[in-house]
Amino acid sequence: MSETTVDTGKRTWLIATGCAGAVGGAAVAVPFISTFSPSERAKAAGAAVEVDISAIKPGEKLTVEWRGKPVWIIRRTPEQLEVLKQVEAQLADPESKRKPDELTPAYARNQVRSIKPEFFVGVGICSHLGCSPSDKFQIGPQASLPDDWQGGFLCPCHGSTFDMAGRVYKNKPAPDNLEVPPHMYLSDSRLLIGEDKKA
Amino acid sequence: MAEFKEISPNAPLADKALNWVDNRFPLSKLYKDHLSEYYAPKNFNFLYFFGVLSMLVLVIQILTGIFLTMHYKPDAAIAFASVEYIMRDVPWGWLIRYMHSTGASAFFIVVYMHMFRGLIYGSYRKPRELVWLFGCAIFLALMGEAFMGYLLPWGQMSYWGAQVIVNLFSAIPFIGPDLALLIRGDYVVGDATLNRFFAFHVIAVPLVLLGLVVAHIIALHEVGSNNPDGIEIKAHKDDNGKPLDGIPFHPYYTVHDIMGVMGFLLVFTAIIFFAPEFGGYFLEYNNFIPADPLKTPLHIAPVWYFTPYYSMLRAITSEMMYALIVCVIAAAYLGTTRAAISNTLKTAIIGGAVVLVGAMLAIDAKFWGVVVMGGAVVILFFLPWLDNCAVKSIRYRPNWHKYLYVVFVIDFFILGYLGMQPPSAIGERVSQVGSLFYFGFFLLMPWWSRLGETKPVPDRVNFVAH
Repeated sequence: MSETTVDTGKRTWLIATGCAGAVGGAAVAVPFISTFSPSERAKAAGAAVEVDISAIKPGEKLTVEWRGKPVWIIRRTPEQLEVLKQVEAQLADPESKRKPDELTPAYARNQVRSIKPEFFVGVGICSHLGCSPSDKFQIGPQASLPDDWQGGFLCPCHGSTFDMAGRVYKNKPAPDNLEVPPHMYLSDSRLLIGEDKKA
Repeated sequence: MAEFKEISPNAPLADKALNWVDNRFPLSKLYKDHLSEYYAPKNFNFLYFFGVLSMLVLVIQILTGIFLTMHYKPDAAIAFASVEYIMRDVPWGWLIRYMHSTGASAFFIVVYMHMFRGLIYGSYRKPRELVWLFGCAIFLALMGEAFMGYLLPWGQMSYWGAQVIVNLFSAIPFIGPDLALLIRGDYVVGDATLNRFFAFHVIAVPLVLLGLVVAHIIALHEVGSNNPDGIEIKAHKDDNGKPLDGIPFHPYYTVHDIMGVMGFLLVFTAIIFFAPEFGGYFLEYNNFIPADPLKTPLHIAPVWYFTPYYSMLRAITSEMMYALIVCVIAAAYLGTTRAAISNTLKTAIIGGAVVLVGAMLAIDAKFWGVVVMGGAVVILFFLPWLDNCAVKSIRYRPNWHKYLYVVFVIDFFILGYLGMQPPSAIGERVSQVGSLFYFGFFLLMPWWSRLGETKPVPDRVNFVAH
């Protein structure tokens, strides 16, 4: 090739138009990536669920689906409520102080984490990696649980344990208590999950 | 650009046709460069079958995958039923499906063997660093492919496995929760997740995978294959410039590899016909139950090929973080006192260590578990620059290097075994030691690979004619 010189004026414009093109090209990624976010339909699917709780006997649990997640409604026995006081020293966050706005609505920020002490309403999704803990209501030594087990829940995935109010025990993989969803009583036997009075 | 080549008008029709093509597309050139005049060392052993076997399994997966998509429905409401429909109602559908599901496990078996071969014979060393890097990228893409494919049958393991792994991303500080939401496309794993994983599994990742395989082979054929002796065959050429210890890939290795393919297919088909679930290792029993978002199976574990990494993830507890902090401090201390490096670099090491320890104390162990799991794969990319041994092949390394590699393989198997087991106190401790060993093996390699006396490397490859 013969000796060539760089036309700086042309080169400047090449760089400038090249950069403008790159910015434009990158901007096209925005609509594509936006399609990954939840659709309007998925956002709208969070409608509240109404549940009849009159048939739940003391010590029983009812699971309903709300926003694709399992919501537990547990009618606790007086003994189970009594135990909640005893285990407090072993819990990571007995007074539900961590992330209160996300996990525990104001009306459930008490020792039993519920509006009516008898009924616990909680989202059955472990705060570690999203498994659903299993019921371990029976008191006493059993597999994967401590010998002084007082009843509660065990997450099968990584062994986190929770008490009968969904409060996580100390030194477990799960950092937080189970979420209490917004809920309110329409009457003594009708419970609405997904909405509360302040909304 | 090649000159236009004229051919005698009396030449046979086939020659004329080839000449016509060659003047327009480098057909003969490609054939020569990659097959008939690609010289491979003549001392390959059976470990060298696994490269071609990986290609074979890739073809099997793509072929069976195409036929499965003709009947599969990526819809949360009917996905599980459509897989059962393939298994029961589609003529020979069960065979195609079992080929694909067994193929997934077979892929990891042959790829692990292929990587092990590269590891012990130093196939990642100069000038083959890019071959190794493309290979690691293939491994990463393969893991993504396998993970997303596992969601598609929409069984209990599919569902809860995806739930756990996607939630891992939410452990990343600041952007984590939004990132997990972006991956799922919903607040929980659901139809949107299934649909996009299907798209990634059947087209996006396979395209990337194929591109990487091509890059892997082009890079390999540029530098030439390594061999069990870890010496360059190009150092000794005959008068025509052909390596003395090399033989043309075709016909020698094509015929040779057909034998390996036969052996592989014998085992592969035996598994498909007699043990397609392979005792719950290739297809987990819980995955024959439709996905239930309200109930987690009592024991969840990933498929076997992910379990070593899953073990490392579980090993990182808040207790283990203190052990890791001690490691970081020790590394920074050794780096600043022992290594012969400039003062600016030493200050950078101390600064980096302080920031890292601060972050380790501030952020949940859950996040560091994710970092360790990802790091276990990413660290493989750095292997070419970690190994400082004077020789490439394990054959001429000090004997204790061999034992170290044996321990490394055993460690990998133990981690893999523990990843399948439910969490236990002893298992947790063992996996913590195992994880430290895994990372120590790589991170301390620049130091230990220089130690010991290497054996004399031969001038020409060891080869006994048979």
